Amino acid sequence: MTAISVVGLTKAYGDLTAVDAVDLTVDVGEFVGVIGPNGAGKTTLLEMIEGLRRPDAGEITVLGEPAWPRNRRLQPRIGVQLQASAFFERLTAREQIHTFAALYRVPARAADEWLERVGLGEKAASRVEDLSGGQAQRLSIACALVHDPELVFLDEPTAALDPQARRNLWDLLRAINEDGRTVVLTTHYMDEAEALCDRVAIIDHGRLLQHDTPTALVAAHAGGGNLEDVFLALTGREYRA
Amino acid sequence: MSGLTGTPFGALSIAILRGFVRDRSALFFAVVFPLMFLVLFGALLGNQDQPEIEMVKVGDVPLLDHLPADARSAFDATFDVEESDDLDAALELVRKGDADVAVEQRGDTLVAHYTQTEQVGAAITQVTLQAYVDGANVAVSGRPPKFGFEADRVEDDSLTTIQYYTPGLLGWAIAMSSAFGAAATLQGWRQSKLLRRLQLAPVSTPTIVGARVAVTIGIALGQTAIFLGLGWAALGLTLTGSWWMSLPLVVVGTLCFMAIGLLAGAVAKSTEGAVNMANFLVLPMAFLSGSFFPLDGAPTWLRRLSDVLPLKHLNEAMLDVLVRGEGPGSALVPLGILAAFAVVVTLLAAKLFRWDTA
Ligand SMILES: Nc1ncnc2c1ncn2[C@@H]1O[C@H](COP(=O)(O)OP(=O)(O)O)[C@@H](O)[C@H]1O
Ligand SMILES: [Mg+2]
Repeated sequence: MTAISVVGLTKAYGDLTAVDAVDLTVDVGEFVGVIGPNGAGKTTLLEMIEGLRRPDAGEITVLGEPAWPRNRRLQPRIGVQLQASAFFERLTAREQIHTFAALYRVPARAADEWLERVGLGEKAASRVEDLSGGQAQRLSIACALVHDPELVFLDEPTAALDPQARRNLWDLLRAINEDGRTVVLTTHYMDEAEALCDRVAIIDHGRLLQHDTPTALVAAHAGGGNLEDVFLALTGREYRA
Repeated sequence: MSGLTGTPFGALSIAILRGFVRDRSALFFAVVFPLMFLVLFGALLGNQDQPEIEMVKVGDVPLLDHLPADARSAFDATFDVEESDDLDAALELVRKGDADVAVEQRGDTLVAHYTQTEQVGAAITQVTLQAYVDGANVAVSGRPPKFGFEADRVEDDSLTTIQYYTPGLLGWAIAMSSAFGAAATLQGWRQSKLLRRLQLAPVSTPTIVGARVAVTIGIALGQTAIFLGLGWAALGLTLTGSWWMSLPLVVVGTLCFMAIGLLAGAVAKSTEGAVNMANFLVLPMAFLSGSFFPLDGAPTWLRRLSDVLPLKHLNEAMLDVLVRGEGPGSALVPLGILAAFAVVVTLLAAKLFRWDTA
């Protein structure tokens, strides 16, 4: 079964083509990583699939529904963590997730359970501004999951985390996927993609370069190396934004 | 789950209200800062009645000592009397400006010594004392006075300090907090991508906007209650009949200034930029709308300019219903003007609105 189907997706900002004729499918229950250097077009691609941006061209079907215009039937079925930590100012962690629970008309009890599950039970009374980077990421993931969505989008969930926080987050993300949810995440850590993803989509300059399992990509491109060598072989080594 | 907090509208309203109450600087600028101005203006400008005229009474002055009761009270209100036995010393005081007039009685003649430095005081002194002498002459003649005189006091437009400043400073306070609140929320939520995140939740845009509007109106009504309550309890404010008409004025005024804040938030590129722009719009407007001083003495072109400012209409209408004793009908035209401003500026802000920073 197909969770996401994207055909010929294109989006330009003025002269800059941020996403260029991308075809992509994601199966139900799959864990897919979108990897690419800064400015490759990962966020733009995700935001179009989420229904936040209107594509210039192409077709997007999400859980059997068109993604644009903003689709009300789809909203309760997808969970989204945006790149930044999108929080209400000066609320505690508990108030934050309770607010999101209410927006989805989910009981407060479910919100408290998610707070425990991401390990923030002790931090429930702390203001969001006082949380560490890792705690804030976990809170925003919990807010994305509070209504028990089938399909979850996470934009760079492990950016700026220390190794401990990153590994703990991996366990959490794996568990979310093992619950039966389809997960799409963006990252520029190759070890992360290798450890978590069933398939990875490598994009650069808005174009989809490869879309396959990490094992197959390494076998085809790395010449005895790892996924990072594949990535550098495909995207080159000049500095990015 | 308690009723309101479980609904999207209730949860959003409570989240926004908590964010405001926990923001000390927002709370300070919405409530404490304008109240500081009110107390300050009250103290600085409180006693602006005509100052009393300082009189030195040299020796016995029977004419003034035996004034009839009604003349006595007028005399006491006009003159601040000091007694002396030394005419030369008294004249010296007048010459130096430490006293305004020295009076003595030589036989049946009342003699007043004054300088011409303070002409109004001198004129009042002269006329008043002349009247006492005339009165005394009529009294000794034994005949009833042919002409009568009666004083009838008319309520004038000049108000005491607190009466004048409470409505205007309240208008400024509401304008500030409504505009800043809207500008900062729009920019802050856009920067943090919360605006985008809310777009993905199953809540409609009217629900989100409605919650923000409801909280801002609640805050404005709270400011009104604090201002009027404190003014009445501690500063001697007396409200006139249709003061309750200030409530719809506050509500529509809030919408108007929220719209201005939204416009600032839509145009600006950062939260600081949005707040600065709101400030840039509201502070000069407060000066030109009589929040800080009356515009009676201002040049005509300035008063014409102030007519296009919504705060001017809010302030004038608040003055009318709160302290000038005007009826409820007086607020209808200003309400219409403020509503029209709100609609036009909101449409403009909506046209310039963007979901993202870039
Ligand atoms: N709202 C926008 N307006 C104009 N250009 C944008 C906007 N968003 C992103 N871009 C540009 O589009 C390209 C892709 O950006 P993005 O999708 O954020 O990449 P990534 O998430 O992979 O870093 C970048 O060059 C970025 O500068
Ligand atoms: Mg990105």
